[in-house]
Amino acid sequence: MSTETLPSGPQLRAFLHGLPGVDQVGVDERAARLATRSIKTTAKAQAIDLAITMVDLTTLEGADTPGKVRALCAKGARPDPGDASVPRVAAICVYPDMVETAVAALRGTGIGVASVATAFPSGRAPMEAKLADTRAAVAAGASEIDMVIDRGAFLAGDYRKVHEEIVATKEACGDAHLKVIFETGELVTYDNVRRASWLAMEAGADFIKTSTGKVAPAATLPVTLVMLEAVRDYRAATGRQVGVKPAGGIRTTKDAIKYLVLVNETAGPDWLDPQWFRLGASSLLNDLLMQRRKLTTGVYSGPDYFTLD
Amino acid sequence: MSERLTVRKTYKLFIGGAFPRSESGRSYVVNDGRGAFLANASQASRKDVRDAVGAARKAFGGWSGRTAHNRGQILYRIAEMLEGRRAQFVDELRATGLGKSAASDEVDAAVDRWVWYAGWTDKIAAVAGSANPVSGPFFNFSTPEPVGVVGVVAPDAPLLGLVSVLAPVVATGGTAVVVASEPAPLPAITLAEVLATSDLPGGVVNLLTGRRDELAPWLASHMDVDAIDLAGVPADGVAALEEAAAGNLKRVLRPAGDDWSGEPGTARLTAFLETKTVWHPVGV
Repeated sequence: MSTETLPSGPQLRAFLHGLPGVDQVGVDERAARLATRSIKTTAKAQAIDLAITMVDLTTLEGADTPGKVRALCAKGARPDPGDASVPRVAAICVYPDMVETAVAALRGTGIGVASVATAFPSGRAPMEAKLADTRAAVAAGASEIDMVIDRGAFLAGDYRKVHEEIVATKEACGDAHLKVIFETGELVTYDNVRRASWLAMEAGADFIKTSTGKVAPAATLPVTLVMLEAVRDYRAATGRQVGVKPAGGIRTTKDAIKYLVLVNETAGPDWLDPQWFRLGASSLLNDLLMQRRKLTTGVYSGPDYFTLD
Repeated sequence: MSERLTVRKTYKLFIGGAFPRSESGRSYVVNDGRGAFLANASQASRKDVRDAVGAARKAFGGWSGRTAHNRGQILYRIAEMLEGRRAQFVDELRATGLGKSAASDEVDAAVDRWVWYAGWTDKIAAVAGSANPVSGPFFNFSTPEPVGVVGVVAPDAPLLGLVSVLAPVVATGGTAVVVASEPAPLPAITLAEVLATSDLPGGVVNLLTGRRDELAPWLASHMDVDAIDLAGVPADGVAALEEAAAGNLKRVLRPAGDDWSGEPGTARLTAFLETKTVWHPVGV
């Protein structure tokens, strides 16, 4: 959709409220049922490696230093220094002022640099500030931008404002991929998650992302299921494929594998690729590495054998 | 009087202060001394071992950081709680085949053993540590510190044996993952109920019931376990476990045919300690 033909508020409202409602109990049940799938031995080994390639290794703390970001980049490029067969992660996710450090540290590795922008995590700033934030990150070399939507406007029913912000941010991104964060923990209902998904995809999002990781509950299986249904239906309707990124609260290999099952069973195997599905996480990577080492050595490993980050 | 339905107790595992069923969903039949059905006990799997080690690791910092005096108070509290459940333990021990007075004596001895180790918590540093004379203007102290997470394969003496190997580990600030006696696991789980109500932080003691042959190798090879006590392992199984334990240089305590009713001494207290030596300049 080009900027000249931006839909009006009432048009958006009519469209989004015309989407079929989400059966909350059904979604919860379906996600819980899929989470009981047992993935073992060789399939588990494959799932672990796939999950590692999908990780957006994230550090979004006020206390981030250039040293910490460089350490994280080194870890992303070579997650297990003792085992060269461990694949690289998909991207390193940092605050805009750390993009330059990350880009320099990752040169030549093929790992992307994702930057949060638009007054992350609250999204409460004037539009000009949000766009300046985005442009600065892109200029510093970020290949992916994680923007937050204005949840206040969304919950007040001002869909047009949210839509315009996404369109404007997409423009400011240039060649960088745009991920749109909904902060589903603040959207309250699955119906809202479905509406936000369609709204963001209509506005040009390349990825839709559950949460900032700063609000509990962050990513959950049912929420991700609703978003995966949205991207599946959107591709069927328009032919354009959009990625999904659950983020926050995914800490164990078991959790990660549950998400992979969900992707395969909901959106389909086309999405089982780091280009279309990402896991926003920090502590998850260590657990994946621990489980991987258990599979290769046959004995349980411990947190002492992996980096603290 | 109308017939009441029997209320049977479900014996579960004790991990991280909670009583979960085995992750595997398995259980096994426990018989009494005469071979009649007594109860079903959870049959833990290697994943329960992993979870228990995780819980023990998480609890280690807090437990080892408590003052020795506070640990002593908590161990004494365990003795009090055990004393309060005397009758229950006597019944459970009698079900394993012990006579009435033997069962009663064993419970008394188990209570006394907790008191013994409760007393040692704030004294072991004075006995196992030292102030070392050095040829320089320094104070030089060697102090014992707990080694970390200790795996314990408990002996078959269902209560006294278990208490005798478990209490010294927690008395010095270590945390334990215990594989209970395979033929008589029920007193161990009832002991877990005592531990759960004694102000002992969750995860300090984790109790698993199940097949010793299945669980001990995973405990011995686990890279996040710092020491292992093989008290309950039959002689022909020790070598393989020692070999598995070498992977991360675990400290291994071999079974020595202990007589649990005898004087405990301090050997088990010091078995899971390591010594830290600190130099401090004089006059600063």
